[in-house]
This record gives sequence, structure tokens and C-alpha cells, in this order.
Amino acid sequence: MPVATIAGADVAIDAEGFMTDSEQWNDDIGVSLAEQIGVELSERHWEVIRFVRDDYKAQGETPTLRRVSTVGGVPTKELFQLFPKKPAKKMSYVSGVPKPKGCV
Amino acid sequence: MTTAKEAPAVVPDFGDDDATDRKICFIASKGTLDMVYPSLIMANAALGEGVETHIFFTFWGMDIITKELSEDLQFTWMGNTAMHPPGKKMHMPQLVAGFPGMTKVATKMMKKQIADLDVPEVPEMVQMISDAGGQLWACKMSADMMGLGMDDFVDGVVDIISATDFIELSEGAQVIFT
Repeated sequence: MPVATIAGADVAIDAEGFMTDSEQWNDDIGVSLAEQIGVELSERHWEVIRFVRDDYKAQGETPTLRRVSTVGGVPTKELFQLFPKKPAKKMSYVSGVPKPKGCV
Repeated sequence: MTTAKEAPAVVPDFGDDDATDRKICFIASKGTLDMVYPSLIMANAALGEGVETHIFFTFWGMDIITKELSEDLQFTWMGNTAMHPPGKKMHMPQLVAGFPGMTKVATKMMKKQIADLDVPEVPEMVQMISDAGGQLWACKMSADMMGLGMDDFVDGVVDIISATDFIELSEGAQVIFT
């Protein structure tokens, strides 16, 4: 399992670059991951990240885009603005959780 | 970019720098509950991957975007010998599909199976696709045939266009007929 140094910490990542252990995540790592993909985190971004992480812990799987929108309360349009082009993947990458598996 | 010491070994490519943008045009021509989902699910998935996505609704597919009808699409296994209960090799008698009330029963069962997978009902699915940037187009010939205008369609339908318009619109796109 490859290990990368992100924001000064050693973090286990998979072949694509996604974190494999969400417990290793912290805010600084989140900022660094976002920087790597050209996303500057606003307060709204943090709200989304917090929801994604909390929901991942509670449900045992990464929320899909729809779940972030309906349960998390952030409209789909806004999610596309916050994380352009591939919102579901980008959100999970920055939040240190696996890519969502659901079809919707 | 951060220095080699700090930079993660691998950064996923989310395609932000892609020079040519992929484009997919779905044609939705069916109006039964089972056959409307393929284009909707795939269109939603394409949008989630940043692909420019269009859906051209034609013929019975118009029901998907017609306000009055989109909540009430029906399912039957009449004429569909491929239908079987999930995971079972059971053969469903065609005649039974024709019994009074069976369409309602079959539709209810199908809706439940779809809901159990956390997949939204058709109107919500269409709304999601529109919110995610999907472009919804109505077929002019079908609209004329069924006497429908923009007022009859759900929000998010961009316009009523002809076959020629669609051929122009889908230039360079992957076209998927459902």
C-alpha cells in the first residue's frame, strides 16, 4: 500500500491517490488534497466535507452525490459549483474517504 | 505544486485539463417504467463524471418529461418473456400479465424494487439530471403527434427540436439509443 506525505503526515493511499484510511485525515490534509486538485476550500466546502465524513462514519460507506444533496442539504447545482466536473469523486478525495459506489 | 518532499506520490486525474470534452446524447424512446431508467441512470452517471450530457425524448419517452404522466409510468411483463422475478429462474405466464389489476401489481413491485436500491422515482431523477447540467430535449414529431407544447413538459426541458436539430446537436457525441 503506497504511503504519501501530505501536510507533513504519512498517509496511506491507493493506486489512484485516494486515502485508504479515513482516520488518518485531518483538516490540514484536507486543505492539501484540495490544493492538489485545484480546489480552494470555502466555508461551504467545509460544510460538505464535514457531512461526507460524518455520513461515511455513520453509514459505513461514502455518500453518493444524491445523498449529499438530499440528506446533506446542499443542492446538486451548488455541488457542481463547489467541486466542478466530477463532484462526487472530488468530494470524497478531499474528505479522505473512498469513491462512492452507488449508481445514483 | 508543492515540493517533492511534501507532494503526495499520486494525485488522481479528475480530467480538469482534458482538451477535448466528451459528449453523450441519449435517446429515450420508451415509456415503460423498466425501460426509462437505463438512459436516466447513465445520464446521471455521465454528468457525475463531468461529461456533457443530452437526452432526446421521443415517442413514448416523452412521457418521462410530460408533467401529467411522468409520475405514473407503468410496468407489465406482457409480451416480455425476459421478465422473471429477481434471482429466480421462474417463468412468468404471459396470460397472467393480462389479468385485471396485474399491471398495477407489477408496477408496484417494480417501484418497490427501485426504491429499495435508493434510486429516485422518475420525476426526481429527471430533476436531478437537469440540476446537474443535463440538457433535456423533446422530439418535435412526437410533440406534434401527441399535441404537446412546452407548457406540458417538466422544468428543465430546454426546447422542442426536430430530428435534424438532433443530428446537428449530437455532432461528435456518443449517441446511445434506449
